[in-house]
Amino acid sequence: MTNDLSEPRPVQVDVRGWGWRHAGRRAWALRGVDLHLEPGERVLLLGPSGVGKSTLLAALAGLLDPSDAGEHEGTVLLDGQPARSVRHRAGLVLQDPEAALVMARAGDDVAFGLENRGVPTGQIWSRVDEALRAVGFPHGRAAATSALSGGEQQRLALAGILALRPGLLLLDEVTANLDPAGAALVRRALADVLAASDATLVMVEHRVASVLDLVERAVVLEPGGGLLADGSPESVFGRHGAALAARGVWVPGHEPVVRRRAPAAAGPVLVSADAASFRYPGAVRETPAATSVSVARGEALAVTGPNGAGKSTLALLLAGLLRPGAGTVSATAQLGGPRDEPRLWRWRGRDLVRTVGTVFQDPEHQFVTATVRAELAVGPRRAGGAAPAVAARVEELLERLRLAPLADANPFTLSGGEKRRLSVATAIATAPRVLVTDEPTFGQDARTWRELVELLADLRDEGRAVVMVTHDDALVAALADRELVLAGP
Amino acid sequence: MSVLAPLAPDTGARFARLNPVAKLTAAIVVLAGLVITGDPVTPSLLLAIELAVLPFTGVRAATLLRRTWPLVLSVAGLAVTNMIVVNGGSVLLDLGPADVTSRGLESAIAVWLRLLAITLPGIVVLATTDPMDMADALVQRWHAPPRFAYGALAALRLLPLLAADWQMIGRARRARGLDAGRSPVGRLRLFGSQVFAVLVAAIRRGVRLAAAMEARGFDTSGERSVARPQPVRAADRWLVASSLAAVALATAVSVALGSWAPAFGG
Repeated sequence: MTNDLSEPRPVQVDVRGWGWRHAGRRAWALRGVDLHLEPGERVLLLGPSGVGKSTLLAALAGLLDPSDAGEHEGTVLLDGQPARSVRHRAGLVLQDPEAALVMARAGDDVAFGLENRGVPTGQIWSRVDEALRAVGFPHGRAAATSALSGGEQQRLALAGILALRPGLLLLDEVTANLDPAGAALVRRALADVLAASDATLVMVEHRVASVLDLVERAVVLEPGGGLLADGSPESVFGRHGAALAARGVWVPGHEPVVRRRAPAAAGPVLVSADAASFRYPGAVRETPAATSVSVARGEALAVTGPNGAGKSTLALLLAGLLRPGAGTVSATAQLGGPRDEPRLWRWRGRDLVRTVGTVFQDPEHQFVTATVRAELAVGPRRAGGAAPAVAARVEELLERLRLAPLADANPFTLSGGEKRRLSVATAIATAPRVLVTDEPTFGQDARTWRELVELLADLRDEGRAVVMVTHDDALVAALADRELVLAGP
Repeated sequence: MSVLAPLAPDTGARFARLNPVAKLTAAIVVLAGLVITGDPVTPSLLLAIELAVLPFTGVRAATLLRRTWPLVLSVAGLAVTNMIVVNGGSVLLDLGPADVTSRGLESAIAVWLRLLAITLPGIVVLATTDPMDMADALVQRWHAPPRFAYGALAALRLLPLLAADWQMIGRARRARGLDAGRSPVGRLRLFGSQVFAVLVAAIRRGVRLAAAMEARGFDTSGERSVARPQPVRAADRWLVASSLAAVALATAVSVALGSWAPAFGG
């Protein structure tokens, strides 16, 4: 079984009339997919969000198990064999590197897959080192996986797959969860790896422009079944660019346009930080270092800077969710909270919820109920709203954020874009005067991106203060009235 | 939580590099020797030997005490309970419904010493052993199922993330207006629902981790190979032999002094 691993051969892929229905769902996730890939072909897989791209990649990786996870039709063959029986020929890298790493040390993590495949002890460490070199991993084998940056973790995850020498490499939005610097490093590593390998490649990526030079063919999945387009990237984007962009794909030359509105003059200050800083237990430095900044009515403030500068922590401080280690964060009377207590972090939850809305980076952290409708009612009810007023507000938000068809769905079962819209909706449900958002546009498709930017602009124009912690230059360009750049570590 | 965190051992120390299974065997030998003993002499001799060799294990006594004092305290609590429950001999202290007797005091000291002498080797083993080495050794030497050993090892890596989740979920709930205020019932309910939320987050992480392990061939029934062999060397055999000798010595001295007594009955 291990012999065919030592010589990596590119895999031929044959998908015929394939479809998949998740257990317990009525609709097919995918249906009628026919796709043939010659060994060594490099393909970009496209389609609107929710069309089943990840499901198809999982099927190619042989990870879909019809006996417990769903129902299938048609076949997925790698070199003529069912994908599930030749799983070792394919290697899949996912979006979230944190979830892909298994062991505490980098070298052990890469070795883990080799051990599982029964590679002899004498060959394991040379293959580990080779894989770490191939992805440009900057640390030694003993590096702690938990201390790595996102870009380093993702390169390590890639090394863990490359060490297994797959004949078919599958990449599922591998840069979507990374900051721009980390994403650039991973793309460079990918370019190097692909130049040195002749493996077949299927990749899914929202941000198409950044990977165009890595692929020679683009395949677009059609919602409801089959393929919408198949051909060279130039011809596919030439013919279907506008349609793809409308469905949320970041197509080069079709980037979403948001008309930049001139802000009204900034109003009175609502929250201000005075030399506020915070030091995490055991940390050597303060992140952020002493920062003074004010948040005013009708103004959009962008907080930018490299990873580790303390942007997210500053957001927590400005939202009253963290007590500053030094300095202070205070609310003015204009914010409308308790009159006798200016220190924001001492406010009760029900005072905070009607004055400051917070959108967390991970939407799942802030969901507390079992349906979208109930989720939207939490804030207004805690803020003391009467039942009919709460119900009316919930309906209004469901419409405004296109959540009405999902009103009775469990928040945890929503797609990434839907979760983001819901988390923003819950934060603005009480019409707070300040909205603090942490990476609101992170990993979103083009359609959700445009909707979020327009919504935030509306909120600003209504006279609210909007704080955005972000790496997204396009968001800053489209919306920020003022930018606070935190210095890096 | 601080008890669970490693005691920052010097991984280069000779003791740390011994086969984890040998260290575990030595600790089990001490445990077996003391489980059958009911007198105070045997455990005090063994505890004295353990403290004498502690410096050679690379664990610093001060660090050990600072990190394990809750454990020492709870062991003392057990001993006090024992003191009150066991009766016999002369009454030393009349506490009304419960008396402290000479038999009770003797039994309490024996229990306290026994528990300390049993737990100390266990703590030292954990403190000086990398969890990865432990899993490797258990799989290679004791044929523990890899699914269990490496599954538990990978899950261990998620523990610190759990603490981070707890904090973030707590903040997110405050942002949503959910804090308990002064009502103790409200506090309890909020605590319960936050525990549930963190549990849900932990399960989701666990499912993702299991999928990541499966994607790298962890579930295949084929033969696994070994990246880090854990051989049993002469030093490992010496360690086990020494632990046997120490238990035999302490028991022999206690018997010779006429103080040895079995733990149960008698």
